[in-house]
Amino acid sequence: MSPSVNDRVAGAALGIAAWLCGGISLLILIWVGVEAIPALNNDPGISSLLGDAHWLPGSVREPQFGMLPILAGSVLVTIFSIIPATVAGVGCAVFQRFYAPKWMRTFLRRVLELLAGIPSVVIGFWGLVVLVPILQKWQPPGQSLAAAAIVLAIMILPTVALTASTALKNVSPGLFRAAAALGMGRARTILGVALPTARRGIAGGVILAAARAIGETMAVVMVCGNVAQWPGSIFDPIRPATATIALEMSYATAGHRSVLFALAFFLVLVVGAAVGWIAFRKPSTPHRR
Amino acid sequence: MIGGAARLSRNDRLLGAAGGFAALVVLVGFGAIVFDLFQTGTASLSIPFLVGKVENGGRAGGIGPVLISTGMILLVCLAVALPLGTGCAIWLSEFASKIRFARAITAGIDLLASVPSIVFGLFGMVFFCRTLGLGFSITSGGLTLACMILPIVIRTTLIGLSGAPSNLRPGAAALGLSRVSTIRHLLLPVAIPGVVVGTTLGISRALAETAALIFTSGYATRWPEGFDDSGRAISVHIYDLAMNVPGGAANAAASALVLLLALLFINYLATLLADRWLLKRIAPTSE
Amino acid sequence: MSSLLKLHPVSAVFGAFLCLNQSCTDSSAVEKITVTGSSTLAPLVADMAGLFEAKNPGIRIDVQAGGSSRGILDASSSLADIGMTSRNLKAGENGLTSHRIALDGIALIVHSQNPVSDLSHDQVISIFTGKTEFWNEGNDRKIVVVNKAEGRGTLEVFLKHFELDSADIDADLIVGENQQAIKTVSGNPLAIGYVSIGAAEYEAANGTPIRLLAVDGVTATSKTVAEGTYPISRPLLLVTKGHAVPAGLTGRFVEFCQSTAVHELIGSHLYVPVRE
Repeated sequence: MSPSVNDRVAGAALGIAAWLCGGISLLILIWVGVEAIPALNNDPGISSLLGDAHWLPGSVREPQFGMLPILAGSVLVTIFSIIPATVAGVGCAVFQRFYAPKWMRTFLRRVLELLAGIPSVVIGFWGLVVLVPILQKWQPPGQSLAAAAIVLAIMILPTVALTASTALKNVSPGLFRAAAALGMGRARTILGVALPTARRGIAGGVILAAARAIGETMAVVMVCGNVAQWPGSIFDPIRPATATIALEMSYATAGHRSVLFALAFFLVLVVGAAVGWIAFRKPSTPHRR
Repeated sequence: MIGGAARLSRNDRLLGAAGGFAALVVLVGFGAIVFDLFQTGTASLSIPFLVGKVENGGRAGGIGPVLISTGMILLVCLAVALPLGTGCAIWLSEFASKIRFARAITAGIDLLASVPSIVFGLFGMVFFCRTLGLGFSITSGGLTLACMILPIVIRTTLIGLSGAPSNLRPGAAALGLSRVSTIRHLLLPVAIPGVVVGTTLGISRALAETAALIFTSGYATRWPEGFDDSGRAISVHIYDLAMNVPGGAANAAASALVLLLALLFINYLATLLADRWLLKRIAPTSE
Repeated sequence: MSSLLKLHPVSAVFGAFLCLNQSCTDSSAVEKITVTGSSTLAPLVADMAGLFEAKNPGIRIDVQAGGSSRGILDASSSLADIGMTSRNLKAGENGLTSHRIALDGIALIVHSQNPVSDLSHDQVISIFTGKTEFWNEGNDRKIVVVNKAEGRGTLEVFLKHFELDSADIDADLIVGENQQAIKTVSGNPLAIGYVSIGAAEYEAANGTPIRLLAVDGVTATSKTVAEGTYPISRPLLLVTKGHAVPAGLTGRFVEFCQSTAVHELIGSHLYVPVRE
C-alpha cells in the first residue's frame, strides 16, 4: 500500500516540526556552550570550576569558582521535592479519578490548574513570609533545603497530578471490567491494574515535574538561603545553580558571566544525562498477556 | 465505575483516605496562598486598576498596559507552540518509521523540558534578541516562551494519542482511510483532551514565567504599540513590585489575583471548547 | 551606534511583517533611546522617562532592568544609549561619563525585637566577618548574618566602606533584592542585614518589624544621607559613552533626570535628590 500525496506532504510537514522541536535543545546547548568556552578553557579553567572549595566569584583577593556544591544543591533540592510531590500528586489523581464525587472532580482539577499557574514569585514570597518564619522558630535559620523542597513540591505537584490524572483516564475501560470480573476490589484494581497501566504517562509527568523543579528559579531564590555549601542537614541553607544564575547574572562582568554560563551548561548536562538515562533505558515490558 | 460500590473493603477505604488526604493537602496549601493574596490584594482590585496605566513604579495606577503586553506575548507563544507541538507529537506517534529518529527527537524534547527557565531566558536574549535582531520585544518573549512550553504540549498530546485504542489504526487502514483523514477524524478527537491539558498547563507555565521574560520581553510599562515593542509581562510586574518596589506588595497581590482569575477563565474556556469539539466529532448525528 | 545599525535590516523586515496586522505608527518619526542597568534604579528612571515622554511628544525612552554591571556594559558597547548603575564605576570601567541623579544610603537593619540600636564601625566588621558570633554575653543568641549576593550594588558599597573583601564575610544567609533582605530580617529576630535606606525607612514606618541601626552614633535616615553625615551612602548614576555630556535626546534626558523637576519623583521612590 503506497501512501497518498496528501499523506506524504503531511508526513513531511510534521516531520519538519518534529525535527525543529528536537533541534531547539541542541541550539540552546550550543549557544550556552559557546558563551561558556572562556570559563571552561582558562578563565578560570575547568579544574578550578570543579576543584575550588568555595564560590567567591566577586572576591578581589582570591576569587574561587567551586561549582560542585552548587550543582549538588540543584540535585538535592530536586530529589527532596519530587518525592513528596509524586506521592501527593499521584494520590491526588487517584482520589480525583476513582473516589471523588463528580463535582469535586472538576473542582480539584480547577484548583490544580490554578496552582500550576501561580507565578513562582508569589509562591516564593509566600514561602519567605509564611513558611520560613515557622521553620525558623523550629530549626533556624529557616531558609534551607527543607524550605526550598516544600515550596518546590507545592509548585510541581499540579504537573504530576494533572498528567497522572490524564494517564489514568486513558486506561482502557475493558481492563476495569476484567478486573471487576475477577472480583478485584477497588484498591487492588487501582494498585494492580490502573497505576501500572498508566505508568508511562505518570512517569512522563514526573519527569516534567522534576525538570521544572531543577529549573525553578524565582521561588527557590527566596527560601533556600543561597549559601554555596555542602549542607550538613536538610535545615541548612543551600544554593542551587538556577539561584546562582539569577542572583549573579545581571551583575556579572565578563569572566564571571562566562562562569555562570558554564554553570548553566553543566546544569543542562547533568539534567540531560538523567533524562537521557531514563529515555534510553530499555523499556521494561509491562504486564501484557 | 470500578469495584462494587457495595463492598468497599478496608483496603479500598484506606487508599481512598490516603488519596483524599493528598487532595486535602493540595487544597489547604492552595487555600493558604490564595488567602494571603486576598488579604493583601483585594483592596487594590478595581476596574480602574485593570485598565489604568502603571504609575509611580507600580505603587499607584493600574496594570492595563501590562495585561495587554501579557496577552500579546501569549498570542505569539501559542501561535508558534501549538501547531509545532501537536505536529511534532503526531509525527512521533504516527509517522516516525525509524525508531532511532523518534528516539533522538524524544530525547531532544526531554532535554528541552529539562532546560531551566532562566537558561531559556539567557538563550532567548542571545538568540532572539541579538542574533535574530528582534531586540527586547513581545515577539522575543513569546518565542522564548514557545520554546519553553513546547515539551509540555508535545508530551501531553502524546499521552492523549497513546490513549487511542490500538486497533483503531489498522481498522482505519483496512477501511481505506488515508493517514491524514485517520488523524483528522479518529486520532485528533482522542488526542484533544491531551492537547487541552497541554495548552492549559502551557499557558499556566507561560503566564507564571518570570525568569525567561525579564531577559527577553523586558521591562517597559507603556501601552504596547506593536509586537516589536518591549512589554512587561504580568509575572515580571509582580516580581518587580514584590522585590524591588517598597510599598508595592498590595498591588503585587492584586496583580497576582488578576492573573489567577484570568487563568480560571482560560482553563474554563479550554475545557468548554474541548467538550464541544469532542461532541461534534464523535457524535455528529446525536444532536 | 554601529551595532544597532547592524541589527536594523532584519528587524525592518520583521517590523514590516508585523505592520500588516496593526496600526503601525511611522517608526522613523519617533526618536528613541534605550536605557538599561540597575534594577534598583529602573523603576525610578522608568517614571522619569514617562514624565519626559509626556512633556516631549514624539520620543520614546525604553528602560530595561538588568543590573548595574549590565548597564555599564551596555553603555560602553553602545547597546544602550544610557546605562544605570547604583555604584561608582570601577577601575577597569573606562571611557564613560557618569551623571549623578540621586543619592541612596545603606542602612544596617535588625528585627525590632532585637535590643541593639547602635553599632560602631568595628562592631559591624566583627559581626560580618564572624568574629562576633552572638548577640549577648550568654552566648545563646547566635547572630544570623544576611549578606547580599555577589555583584550587587549594595554589597560593593558595603564592602568598600568597611574595607572588606567578599571572601572575608561569613554569611549565614544570602539574598538578592532589598525587599528580600527586609523580609528575611523581619522574619528572623536574630538576623542582621543591610539594605537601601529609603526602602528600610518606608517598611519600618509601615509596620514591618525592623529597626535601622545607627552607625557610630549617626542615625540612619534619608535626612542624614542628604546632609552628608551618614557614613555609608552611594550615588545613583546614569552613565554615557565618551567624555562629554552627550548631545541630542540622550543629553536632554540626562539633563532632565538631574533637574529639580524630578526631585519630587525621586522622593516618592524613596531616594535622596542631589541638592547642589
